[in-house]
Amino acid sequence: MFDVFSNFSSGIIPMEAYLLLSLVMFFAGIYGFISRKSLLMILISIELILNAADINFVVFNRYLYAGHMEGFFFALFTIAVSACETAVAIAIVINIYRNLHNVNVDSLHELHEPESEQ
Amino acid sequence: MAQQIIFYILAIVISVFSIMAVSSKRLIRSATYLLFVLLATAGLYILLGYYYLFAVQTAVYAGGIMILFIFAILLTQKPGDKIAPEPMRQRLLAIALSVIGLAFTAHIIMHNINRVYTLMDTQITTKHIGMTLMGTEKFQYLLPFELISVLLLACIVGGIMIARRR
Amino acid sequence: MQYTLLILILPLLSFVILGLVDSKWKAQVAGTLGTAILVTVTLLSYYTAWEYFSTANITGSYQRIIAFETEWVRFTDYLHINLGILLDPISVMMLVVISTVSLMVHIYSLGYMHGEKGFERYYAFLSLFTFSMLGLVVATNIFQMYIFWELVGASSYLLIGFYYTKPEAVAASKKAFIVTRFADLGFLIGILVLSYYTKTFDFGILTSGNASVFASTTGVTYMGISVMSWAMGLIFVGGAGKSAMFPLHIWLPDAMEGPTPVSALIHAATMVVAGVYLVARLFPVYYVYSPEVLHGVAYLGAITSLFAAIIACVQTDIKRVLAFSTISQIGFMMVGLGVSGMGGHHGLGYMASMFHLTTHAMFKALLFLGAGSIIHAVHSNEMSLMGGLRKHMPITHISFLIACLAIAGIPPFSGFFSKDEILAATFEFSPYLGAAMSFIAGLTAFYMFRLYYGIFWGVEHKHAHTPHESPLAMALPLIFLATVTVFAGFIPFGEFVTNDGAPYEIELNMLVAGISVGVALVFILLATILYRKESKIPTQLATTFAGLHAAASHRFYIDEVYLFITKKIVFNLVSTPIAWFDRHVIDATMDGFASITQRISVLIKGLQSGDVQNYAYIILMGALVIAGLVIYF
Repeated sequence: MFDVFSNFSSGIIPMEAYLLLSLVMFFAGIYGFISRKSLLMILISIELILNAADINFVVFNRYLYAGHMEGFFFALFTIAVSACETAVAIAIVINIYRNLHNVNVDSLHELHEPESEQ
Repeated sequence: MAQQIIFYILAIVISVFSIMAVSSKRLIRSATYLLFVLLATAGLYILLGYYYLFAVQTAVYAGGIMILFIFAILLTQKPGDKIAPEPMRQRLLAIALSVIGLAFTAHIIMHNINRVYTLMDTQITTKHIGMTLMGTEKFQYLLPFELISVLLLACIVGGIMIARRR
Repeated sequence: MQYTLLILILPLLSFVILGLVDSKWKAQVAGTLGTAILVTVTLLSYYTAWEYFSTANITGSYQRIIAFETEWVRFTDYLHINLGILLDPISVMMLVVISTVSLMVHIYSLGYMHGEKGFERYYAFLSLFTFSMLGLVVATNIFQMYIFWELVGASSYLLIGFYYTKPEAVAASKKAFIVTRFADLGFLIGILVLSYYTKTFDFGILTSGNASVFASTTGVTYMGISVMSWAMGLIFVGGAGKSAMFPLHIWLPDAMEGPTPVSALIHAATMVVAGVYLVARLFPVYYVYSPEVLHGVAYLGAITSLFAAIIACVQTDIKRVLAFSTISQIGFMMVGLGVSGMGGHHGLGYMASMFHLTTHAMFKALLFLGAGSIIHAVHSNEMSLMGGLRKHMPITHISFLIACLAIAGIPPFSGFFSKDEILAATFEFSPYLGAAMSFIAGLTAFYMFRLYYGIFWGVEHKHAHTPHESPLAMALPLIFLATVTVFAGFIPFGEFVTNDGAPYEIELNMLVAGISVGVALVFILLATILYRKESKIPTQLATTFAGLHAAASHRFYIDEVYLFITKKIVFNLVSTPIAWFDRHVIDATMDGFASITQRISVLIKGLQSGDVQNYAYIILMGALVIAGLVIYF
């Protein structure tokens, strides 16, 4: 682990520096996903996790297979997919808010609409 | 040297704002911190030489997705709302899991990388990306591209269907 | 002669149709359909008989014809179960008897069961029974016979329990089924032992006289008795159960709870003689390989016959009297088979037994149908509620009298001829047994005329409404069967049915005939004196021989013995401990599994919270632990 700091002065950014950085981002996302109760917070956590994964793809592609572009495109498509996912998820969140007037996961015991609004 | 300084600035920004984003009491602040993280990530892509990805990350993530988040937050929260704090026990468990997982995974990474990888100087032009994306040969990605376009369409329809008032 | 297959298929079809439509059709339509199908079956049977007896006798004896055969299940190279149709003199004879009686009962039931609830069901069951019984007699192998044997038992169960709202009928049907089922266990074991050694089920091979089939049984003994005796004895146990031989007879009197036409068809004419038919079918095997069992059959038949005749003398329920009379007459048939030899004059007993089976089927069906007619008029089975009915019911009276004379053995009625042949064969076998059987024949005459006088003569009982003659549908079968009873004795039966297939001319043994007719007349006279008019003598006799009378009235306490054995011994000493074991050990083990599972699930059900974050936490923790274990250990 000390390599990271020894390389600090040598002018090269080592691969593991990127990996550790994405790791921090990933576990921050995990922490948020597990501990937070707001649906929007959970979504933000998921974005962090996805972003960490993107970084890993790109870094591996760049460092290990510089001539290829698989990791690059994977990151590209992941961004597109996460955009879709976020759009739908936020539509759901808004729908939930409309029915329950809050966005807590704890209050999501019943998936159908409340009787009073039917 | 300049690259290193930039990298460590970005690294500090990402680490700090990631943690702040998931632990903030106010949603709008969380979203803002997330925006910083995403932009810093885009900066990492520049460092790696992937300019196109930088553009996509900035436009789609920092632009599109963040706008969605902010709209959602504005629609569901009143100004100045604070999220009720989660139970301490749950938070401690989550912190424990994250720290153990981080240590474990970091150990594996450090233990298994035993040589220094250096960046090879390659240029990826936008034209090349465009050709790769539109081709049907090996290592070309027309099919996933089309799939993504269909997925986007489905997600537009789905988003409207779910969110519209009945 | 493949058309004989229709004889089996048509009643089955009738059963299926009537069973499916249930009460969707009008009752009369269903009854008419069942009867019409049976008319066809009867005509086919008659045609089969005519064709068989006119063409099968080529070489001086009747050949067996396999009209149809198909392999059903094959176990090994030797052992396979076939289904087919076997035509030989006795099966053709049985076809005629069964279809005739069944047709009469079908027609009779149109009147007797008129307006009953479940009329269609009744006809469906009758069709099922007819199908099973016909399948039984034409069986080409012993296993097919066993299959239809059980079907017959099942349809008998269904018909006895026809009035399923009556507790007595339900109890009687269960009793009949359990007792015969118990006997069938012996039958099945017998079949398995026999086929294990002979490597075949086929009647043709078993009765061919080919000694090599039985080669593997020589010298094999079990508990000091040869294995063939075991096999044939056990098979006879099955026959004894169906034919109500002592001590397995207890179900038959109770079976009278069923509708009276059913009693006439199943419990008098056809099913109960299945045991006799079984012995006759395997007669060559019995005769050659287990003569001691055959003699046992004769003595058991005689004992049963005497025993049932004594009981019949004191019963007051007319159907019970007839039931015991049936048991007694089946005893006669068994004696006839038991004393028979092989071929020619020695085979007289066999021929006589089959002859008696035929004539008995006719006149006993007539008696039961007559009894049904009386019950229909009086609405009771009790003899004490009858009396003086001869004026009100002339047709029933005359036909009943003919049947009584026939069963008593008075010439020229059919019973005389067949019973006389049995007595003649018995005298040749053993004079003592012959004398005993003659005495039983006398007893038969006595109790039948006691019954006759009790019903039709004596003091007229006051009825709610005057008894009247039965409708045409019921009178016609009575007239038909009475006619048959009068003339059947003149059929040259020996020309058709003998145990070696060769025709045999019956000659009347004048001495035996004289004795039996004399005895019968004496006993009829006795019955006339005692019961023609009301007299005090029967009561006095009953008080003089109080012990005997009470014992006979209670059927010699055989039912009580059964109850004692089952309730006190089997239930208390065997069933109760087993039930305890079942409840406290086996059930408890199973309950233990259930409650342990339940407790564990209560413990862990908190994990299934529906909380996605909780799940994610557990999944990630699990993944970390597993990865850690894999990497560090």
